[in-house]
Amino acid sequence: MGKVKTLDDLRKMREELKSKTALRDKSEHSEGMIQVKVAMATCCIASGSRETMNYLADELDKRNIEAVVTQTGCMGYCYAEPTIEVTIPGKEPVIFGYVDEKKADEIIEKYIRHGELVEGIIPMNYKNIEDTTK
Amino acid sequence: METIKLTIDNQVVEVPKGTTIYKAAKQLEIDIPVLCYMDLKALGIEHKPGGCRICSVEVEGRRNLAPSCSTEATEGMVVKTHSMRVMNARKTVMELILSDHPKDCLVCAKSGNCDLQDLSVKLGIRDIPNQDIAEMSTYRKDFSPSIIRELDKCIMCRRCETMCNQVQSVGALSAVNRGFQAVVAPAFEMDLEHSTCTYCGQCVAVCPTGALTEHDHTNKLIEDLANPAKTVVVQTAPAVRAALGEEFGMEAGTLVTGQMVTALRQLGFDYVFDTDWAADLTIMEEGTELLDRLTRHLNGDKDVKLPILTSCCPGWVNFFEQQFTDLLDIPSSARSPQQMFGAIAKTYFADQIKKKREDMVVVSIMPCLAKKYECQRDEFKVDGNPDVDYSISTRELAALIKRANMDLKKMPQSDFDNPLGESTGAGVIFGATGGVIEAAVRTAYEVYTKKKLAKVDFEQIRGMEGIRSAEVDLDGFTLKIGIAHGLGNARKLLEDVRAGKSEYHAIEIMACPGGCIGGGGQPLHHGDLSVLKKRTEAIYREDAGKPIRKSHENPYITKIYEEFLGKPMSEKAHHLLHTHYTDKSKKIIYLK
Amino acid sequence: MSEYKIHALVCSGTGCRASESDMVVENLKTEIAKQGLSDFAQVVKTGCFGFCEKGPIVKLIPDNTFYTQVKPADAREIVEEHIVKGRKVERLLYTDPDSKEAVNDSKSMNFYKKQIRIALRNCGVINPENIDEYIARDGYEALGKVLSEMTPEGAIKIIMDSGLRGRGGGGFPTGLKWEITRKEVNEQKYVVCNADEGDPGAFMDRSILEGDPHTVLEAMAINGYCTGASKGLIYIRAEYPLAIERLKIAIEQAREYGLLGERILGSNFNFDVELRYGAGAFVCGEETALIHSMEGLRGEPTLKPPFPSVEGYLKKPTNVNNVETYANIPVIFNKGAAWFASIGTEKSKGTKVFALAGKVNNVGLIEVPMGITLREVIFEIGGGIKDGKKFKAVQTGGPSGGCLVEKDLDTPIDYDNLIAAGSMMGSGGMIIMDEDDCMVDVAKFFLDFTVEESCGKCAPCRVGNKRLYELLNKITDGKGEKADIDRLINLGSVIKDTSLCGLGQTSPNPVLSTIKNFRNEYDAHVLDKKCPAGVCKSLMVYEIVEENCVGCTACARACPVGAISGERKEVHKIDPTLCIKCGACEERCKFNAVIVK
Repeated sequence: MGKVKTLDDLRKMREELKSKTALRDKSEHSEGMIQVKVAMATCCIASGSRETMNYLADELDKRNIEAVVTQTGCMGYCYAEPTIEVTIPGKEPVIFGYVDEKKADEIIEKYIRHGELVEGIIPMNYKNIEDTTK
Repeated sequence: METIKLTIDNQVVEVPKGTTIYKAAKQLEIDIPVLCYMDLKALGIEHKPGGCRICSVEVEGRRNLAPSCSTEATEGMVVKTHSMRVMNARKTVMELILSDHPKDCLVCAKSGNCDLQDLSVKLGIRDIPNQDIAEMSTYRKDFSPSIIRELDKCIMCRRCETMCNQVQSVGALSAVNRGFQAVVAPAFEMDLEHSTCTYCGQCVAVCPTGALTEHDHTNKLIEDLANPAKTVVVQTAPAVRAALGEEFGMEAGTLVTGQMVTALRQLGFDYVFDTDWAADLTIMEEGTELLDRLTRHLNGDKDVKLPILTSCCPGWVNFFEQQFTDLLDIPSSARSPQQMFGAIAKTYFADQIKKKREDMVVVSIMPCLAKKYECQRDEFKVDGNPDVDYSISTRELAALIKRANMDLKKMPQSDFDNPLGESTGAGVIFGATGGVIEAAVRTAYEVYTKKKLAKVDFEQIRGMEGIRSAEVDLDGFTLKIGIAHGLGNARKLLEDVRAGKSEYHAIEIMACPGGCIGGGGQPLHHGDLSVLKKRTEAIYREDAGKPIRKSHENPYITKIYEEFLGKPMSEKAHHLLHTHYTDKSKKIIYLK
Repeated sequence: MSEYKIHALVCSGTGCRASESDMVVENLKTEIAKQGLSDFAQVVKTGCFGFCEKGPIVKLIPDNTFYTQVKPADAREIVEEHIVKGRKVERLLYTDPDSKEAVNDSKSMNFYKKQIRIALRNCGVINPENIDEYIARDGYEALGKVLSEMTPEGAIKIIMDSGLRGRGGGGFPTGLKWEITRKEVNEQKYVVCNADEGDPGAFMDRSILEGDPHTVLEAMAINGYCTGASKGLIYIRAEYPLAIERLKIAIEQAREYGLLGERILGSNFNFDVELRYGAGAFVCGEETALIHSMEGLRGEPTLKPPFPSVEGYLKKPTNVNNVETYANIPVIFNKGAAWFASIGTEKSKGTKVFALAGKVNNVGLIEVPMGITLREVIFEIGGGIKDGKKFKAVQTGGPSGGCLVEKDLDTPIDYDNLIAAGSMMGSGGMIIMDEDDCMVDVAKFFLDFTVEESCGKCAPCRVGNKRLYELLNKITDGKGEKADIDRLINLGSVIKDTSLCGLGQTSPNPVLSTIKNFRNEYDAHVLDKKCPAGVCKSLMVYEIVEENCVGCTACARACPVGAISGERKEVHKIDPTLCIKCGACEERCKFNAVIVK
């Protein structure tokens, strides 16, 4: 790395570096942010939940949507994997099933961006996630 | 000059900006007590570490008390020097200092001459609270040939440090350890003997307590005087006679030569001689050496080293043997007058009175503590028997005279014995800075030019500035002279010499400020250097009153060359009157 | 390239490293690699999280899972369960001391809820050995802005407007100090960072230097620009090897990027930083002593004035600020003086870092807004008193401060309130004491420290503190007399009144404030020869209650000095002249027959 010659150089550099620690900044101010939890049990991973998680995280970032993508244990909807839970501040959490990249894209554009419901919602008549992780 | 006004004890005083509260109070003749403080006006050094806190005063609007010695007075300041808050604090701090100080004043060398004792009296200390549970800081005593350190008595005023470092640039003493264990000591708490100490004794001269004292030989002297088998010979240095009177309440600068001689005789010395005589002898040797080097230099001898440095001050010799070891071939090889005297007394004079060397005791009375070490040097012993057995300081002599119920003031005057008692004015002025070189010039001029001096006094050489230079016209040849007193000043001249920048032909150096009259063995001046000036004037007065004022005209000097030594720098003279110097930089031993 | 989806932040501050956090880092990396997730999860060595009570700490981002007391062997489970499967490792989660329930994420921890982290903003968040992470979090932006957009006067005005005061203890307005140095005309000036943290139990400066060294370098450069100094010196104690190492790395990186050196960021400003090591003397935290130590002289204070801003290092104007003060500077420029001034109280702006210690549940490092109450700090952030004991006092300001009591708990903490209450802010040590602490003993503890650390230059501090200590010792030894308490007060007041530097001017505070607040305890020691808290051994008497003793001989067998006599099945007796008060008999007795009076 060479010398940083001007303030503009420094700022440019920061923009490039920002993504490296952005996750930590985000988690510091995660209150009021959209929460996306990806179920990540063995069976989920086998169904591609890690790819889904990577996709969601990268795409939300690219599309400048402030959201925190975390993983969680088995949600119990093993028939519908990969499953994700999306919490928009002020709203009840919503669980989606069969979330592949295409579905994820739809969820981002419709539900997260505009609050429109999309197909594939799994009714929440189970224990909530906080309990399942216990 | 910008001035400010402040109020001290309800009196308004106007002082220059930058004046301390302490000095502003002085102007109002308010004497705020001080302990660690020391004002060496003549040296431009004001020692005010603010350590003892005895001089604390109350300043209106200030949260805590202010040390008046080091707090600058400001416009409109309102100061109280004796509010009860101040009096209580002063008393309490004094009690604290005393609580960590031995109470054996009865047998302390400084008793009666101790700043701490005086202050305790002034502050009316009658009791030290909780002394029964008070731990005392203790240190081992350190005995060097010249100075004894008894640090249980140290109150951390740090005056010695200022003398050793700022004035003398010797660097032997500094504060070590911390908290209750803090004390002033050589590095790693090594003994003084292993440190860079030159024994100049300036630390002893300013120590307010008995923490630093001279290595006292008085009791040994009494034993020798009481022993009929011993022939006890005494020599007295020129500076002693100009200061001894002070110990007997006489005005500084009173000459007491005749009284001192009588007192010594009454004390039982078999022969009372004068170091001044040996000083004349020194001039013969050193002056000849100077002319020899000078002549060779003028004749184009590239090997000859100039400037020549005087070598009669033992503190100075110690200094260059440790810190300027690359210049050991520059100083004159002539021994100091004390040692020339001893060598002659135990040979030439012993033969005359038909005494064996072992039966003679040669004692010197010196203004100096380094002389105590000098006479113990191996170079000045014959088969283990020293030329000078021991040296007593001016202070020790005064104490001995008092101990013998004599009063110097009432003492009749008498003359020194001969053949080692007759001296010239040149020998006398050895006691003041510039004196040695002036004495040398008086002789060198007449020897070199073979003309009589029109005027014996070389006023351009005299003075109190730390570093001086003078030029003397030796009938067409300009002799360039440098003079330094105080080792800090000496260092400056020596660094020039080392760097090849010195233009002097001859340099006189004295370790102590003022020369021998300000020696570490003189009556304590308590920082008042005006005393030194008066002593110096006395020295020149004695010189002016002498019938003979040039060393080479001293008949007893002429006689000894005729009868015993041959000529200056003869083989015999070399053997008895010259010495050599060794690298002592390695003597520092790091052990605890 | 896609970024990491999980960041495992592992504390590698001195405390956690001592509990093998380095091995935790290594093992986490190995396990993640084993799972083939090296592109998915990242392990980051960070500075201190402050929650030192329960180190080593591993925090997983983004869900803020806070694992405590993690051992190297736990790495595998964390990776296999949490990072792979998204299941939290229950047993490593922090358990709330009140509800006894595991806390899922750090945001729900009371310890963090009331904290505002400005000076510590990057500690526990970034890798201190990577300048890129600092830059990514707005690092050196403030320096850039100051150099390209502001005059020194303008920049100093921002600091003045922010109301920032020195965090080293004195609370002198930082902007004013800079202004004084700036106004001095001299071709060479210096800025100094005082990293000679010496209060017992305080480690905020160390944590900042270990966790976010660049913030100090950036702030020093800003200070240099504002005051006209081209050289910065960090005086740091040699006992902080990790902080020194991180500073060295940071200086090297900053030089490489040209953020230290000549013509920084294209300006005409040159600035570089060097380290100076202290040998660990408390008094060298005093700025004149610090400067003498840097000059190679004995580290002892001299009278002020002259202040270092006028005549400091090598007699040149020198601006000395403390580490925490510096850590606030870049944020003030990035977020604005008004933002900073909106936090805190009227005269004390911003936050203060405190080191919580003593009898409190959550020992550690916290940063709270000025104006928070002691109660909030001790009972909410600190989680209350250990083992459900009763709160007795809190010592703020380290050995120079005083103790505060129940009635002071609702006082908003700021410089002036603490002084008004009889203590001081100091560098931010906060030691909590409970009912089992003897306040005479506490005073003795602090005095022991100052006696050790006095430089010995001035008489009241050198001898006076020693004498104070001896008097306290006499009292705890059961030999105190009534007059001794008055002597303590007089001596303490005179030491405060006459000592040369801040050390001596404050060292009697623990004694004077405990006498003020707990006079009854002193009286109990002196008049009744009792230590109410049961701490002072000399004042304790072990006795056997005749009614309860069954003569089982258990106590006699337990006694290491044979002070207990008595036949089997007969009442035993303790010889008080032999008893060393070790308590072994009391521990052994099953019949409550041994009591302490």
